[in-house]
Amino acid sequence: MYLIFMGDVTLTVDGKKVTAPAGTLLIEACKSAGIEVPSFCYYPNLSLQGACRMCLVKIEKMPKLQTACTTVISEGMIVTTDNDEVRQARKSMVELLLGNHPLDCPVCDAGGECELQDMTFSYGAAESKYIDAKNHKEEQQWSPVVYFDRPRCILCYRCVRVCGEGMDVWALGVQNRGVNSIIAPNQEDHLDCEECGMCIDICPVGALTSGAYRYKTRPWEMKHVGTTCTHCADGCKTTLGVRRCDTGMEIVRGDNRDKSGINGDFLCIKGRYAFDFAHHAERLTQPLIRKDGQLTPATWEEAFELIGKRFAEVREKHGGQAIGVVGSTRATNEEDYLLQKFARVVLGSNNIDHHRTADFPALAAALSGKPEMTASMRDVFNAPAMLLIGNNPTEQHPLLAWQIRNNVRLHRARLYVVNSQPIKLRRQAASSTQIPAGSEGKLAAFLAGDDSALDVLVGAGDSPAPDPSTSLSAGSRGCPSPHDWIALREKLRGEANLVIIFGSEICGNNIPSLVKFASAIPGAKVICLADYANSRGAADMGLYPDLLPGYHRVTDAGKFREEWGGVPEVRGLTLPEMVESAKAGDLKGFYVVGANPIGRFGVDPYAFSHSFVVVQDMFLTETAVMADVVLPAANAYEKSGTFTNTCGDLQLVKKAGEVTGSKSDFEMIVRIADAMGFDVRKLVPFGRTMHFDTGQSRGVQSGEADRHAVWLQAQGLEPKMSPFDPMAILDEIQRLVPGYDVSRINLLAGNDQHTTLAGSGPGALQNAELIVPAQDDLFSSGTLGRYSRTLNSVIENHHKEPAETDVAAD
Amino acid sequence: MKFSDQFESRFAEMLTHYPTKRSVLVPTLLFAQDEVGFLSDEVIHELAGRLDLTDLEVRNVISYYSMLTTKPRGKYNVQVCTNIACMLRGSDELFEHCKERLGIGHKGTTPDGLFSLEEVECIGACSWAPAAQVNYDFHENLTPEKMDKVLDEYKKKGTQ
Ligand code: SF4
Ligand code: SF4
Ligand code: SF4
Ligand code: FES
Ligand code: FES
Repeated sequence: MYLIFMGDVTLTVDGKKVTAPAGTLLIEACKSAGIEVPSFCYYPNLSLQGACRMCLVKIEKMPKLQTACTTVISEGMIVTTDNDEVRQARKSMVELLLGNHPLDCPVCDAGGECELQDMTFSYGAAESKYIDAKNHKEEQQWSPVVYFDRPRCILCYRCVRVCGEGMDVWALGVQNRGVNSIIAPNQEDHLDCEECGMCIDICPVGALTSGAYRYKTRPWEMKHVGTTCTHCADGCKTTLGVRRCDTGMEIVRGDNRDKSGINGDFLCIKGRYAFDFAHHAERLTQPLIRKDGQLTPATWEEAFELIGKRFAEVREKHGGQAIGVVGSTRATNEEDYLLQKFARVVLGSNNIDHHRTADFPALAAALSGKPEMTASMRDVFNAPAMLLIGNNPTEQHPLLAWQIRNNVRLHRARLYVVNSQPIKLRRQAASSTQIPAGSEGKLAAFLAGDDSALDVLVGAGDSPAPDPSTSLSAGSRGCPSPHDWIALREKLRGEANLVIIFGSEICGNNIPSLVKFASAIPGAKVICLADYANSRGAADMGLYPDLLPGYHRVTDAGKFREEWGGVPEVRGLTLPEMVESAKAGDLKGFYVVGANPIGRFGVDPYAFSHSFVVVQDMFLTETAVMADVVLPAANAYEKSGTFTNTCGDLQLVKKAGEVTGSKSDFEMIVRIADAMGFDVRKLVPFGRTMHFDTGQSRGVQSGEADRHAVWLQAQGLEPKMSPFDPMAILDEIQRLVPGYDVSRINLLAGNDQHTTLAGSGPGALQNAELIVPAQDDLFSSGTLGRYSRTLNSVIENHHKEPAETDVAAD
Repeated sequence: MKFSDQFESRFAEMLTHYPTKRSVLVPTLLFAQDEVGFLSDEVIHELAGRLDLTDLEVRNVISYYSMLTTKPRGKYNVQVCTNIACMLRGSDELFEHCKERLGIGHKGTTPDGLFSLEEVECIGACSWAPAAQVNYDFHENLTPEKMDKVLDEYKKKGTQ
């Protein structure tokens, strides 16, 4: 609720003095004083409904009981939340709700975590005056994701509001009247929507259930692990419910009902339901070695020994530059850091690259030495104004879109959209302008003060039909006139604390232009949008042939040289250059960790036929099938470490699921270094932490050891006893990568920590052609999407043909 | 889709009465229903488009009001009040009589498409109970005999 601060108001609730800002709702004021007022339809940040009457309280001088969820507090108000009258009212409300509600909690999917069940226990009557038969209706499936069990619905309208107000989808409605009211989907008997599942998780009862989770288990039978989503680059926190199964730990649910993390209770379909790739039947669970032309199951020892031998041979005979390494945008920061260190220190080569989807080196270069100018995902919810250039966040960055929409709705923020397409977010925009595709860079130049860029912007050439809802008045060609553009620029210049968000349309030299424009606006910040869960991390960790972690140039390795004892200074090969080198017969080894360059870049698979190719992946991708050794990898839900989202927010990744027979990329990299005869202590700084007093384990001071351990961990000083402990590398990252020196305890507590680019290395201008957008939409997610049953069934249901670009790199 | 000029001028005028477009939905639905006979999918889609609403929202509103219908009705919609005052003065008998005479039940329509029948709540004519409403016209102090005459008249009008 957006409130103008008008001072505090003091009231009395159950004899307690409560003070809260004027404008606060009574139910919230009670909550802040630790007094629970039961509610169903009230939901913070959604419009008020006043439908369920559960929150009735007695307010002195008011004739009838009042709904605490719609009453605004006032000075001197005297409120009673618990007397006979109120209790009786609540009892009657529950009785009414149960009138048609089945009393079969033991078989209901929500049993054990149902608000109606809890309320009935706390406030309900043991018996009912109703003797009529209950009105039963069969359950309906509305989409692959959403199921509706009508008799369980208590008509709180939370689902309707979150879908409309929160998601701006408006796929749910209420039909009929009174007891006959029902929740209805937008296509009569099914849904055509974003399948986010917000409605399901917000439903207080078991009326809306998900195809992914329903009737599989009980909430108390799962272990709940809070981690970070592995799909897009927004970094939603998701709580995975896991359960033991034949092959390890199975993920059965994803949600964020505790509303922790940058996303509050938001998750899109991918974060909530697309964890099922982990248990796809085609998942690799054994190393494969090519024997007589066939990929044949082998033992881990055999595989590591072979890789170690062959890589060492190439290094001895041809030098490290004869091996190319490709890193992952879905591996953790620790793994990516370790991989580039492996390339540079073990192989002695800068031949390392990754699938780039945004130009972070240019951003680092533009921001280097500037005060903090990157916005966090949280800032997007609070900024007074936002400028969005390019991209379509509704499809590609669902959390970002949610933050933008809700900032506009709840805080009346102003959104300015400039895009070549009529993207959906223009519905929230104060101003939306369509420009010819490919002219985004000109916009950056124009904003920075180059008026000659106007020619392109005013629609010379074959611009698409302008967006009819454009709020810049149309010029003669139906496009904004130069005058309109100048007015827009002036307006933006006046928007203090503007957050500028841009897609991969803006890269290279256009980034400094945009940063120049932003620098002139007080408090302005920027967000550069990349596509995969750890795209930003991969860039920050130095998966570049010319850049070390933190965008330091390989030619100026400084502290890295000191720490690692030598860094090759010649710039390495980019991915396309590796392909060329392989074709020419120079690249003798190719090591691919969690990427699919063959599938993605349309590389001739025979390019590598003379190289020794090692691939770490979950599935036999186009790249894996042509490998000499394939190692079955764990995914991000099965390992620990950290991810950095596209804004630079660092978050913890925690191990939730497990598939027997796979290993984390981290462990495999270390094992390969070991098999090459490299001293892994020089790769992972483990085993050299301080010795500490483990304290007393009995008597008055028992528990001391635990307290020590907690303190040590909070300082990052706990002993790292294993070369496979990613925390040992995190220590090094925090020490060496500028901006990553964030609070360890906050990170461990599951909070997002914003890293800054202000202190980063000088970056470097990159070839823009190396940036290849992932082209994922709401229902696709690279390789993970191809193996997700949920996403595929939704795509089928929407009768969408899989796009040509379906083949993914990561 | 095409509405009459009269509808269009009314619609345009109504838009000026309210601060938001969606506010004109209810009266517009009623006018559209009077003109088309019922609220077809086509009408719903058209009005949703004009008022920046989803089809679903328009359906939700229609389903709330018993005077609005998405199914074709007879030319004359006979609405017999069976609420308290009318009930005390014999509306049950009256309603039964209508059912028999027209050969249809509650919410039914005669095969010739001339009459529909509906049992409705108080229509505000209690002082002259029992009462019924045919389209927008009231008929009061009814008996089965009087009702027959009323129906005869409509039949004549309708088949002329
Ligand atoms: S799944 Fe999401 S988009 Fe679909 S109806 Fe539910 S809230 Fe709306
Ligand atoms: S389906 Fe659930 S969320 Fe929606 S109105 Fe019913 S009880 Fe509330
Ligand atoms: S918005 Fe992105 S990070 Fe969040 S749940 Fe969806 S895919 Fe995952
Ligand atoms: S919570 Fe107040 S009426 Fe529902
Ligand atoms: S009761 Fe029939 S008109 Fe009022």
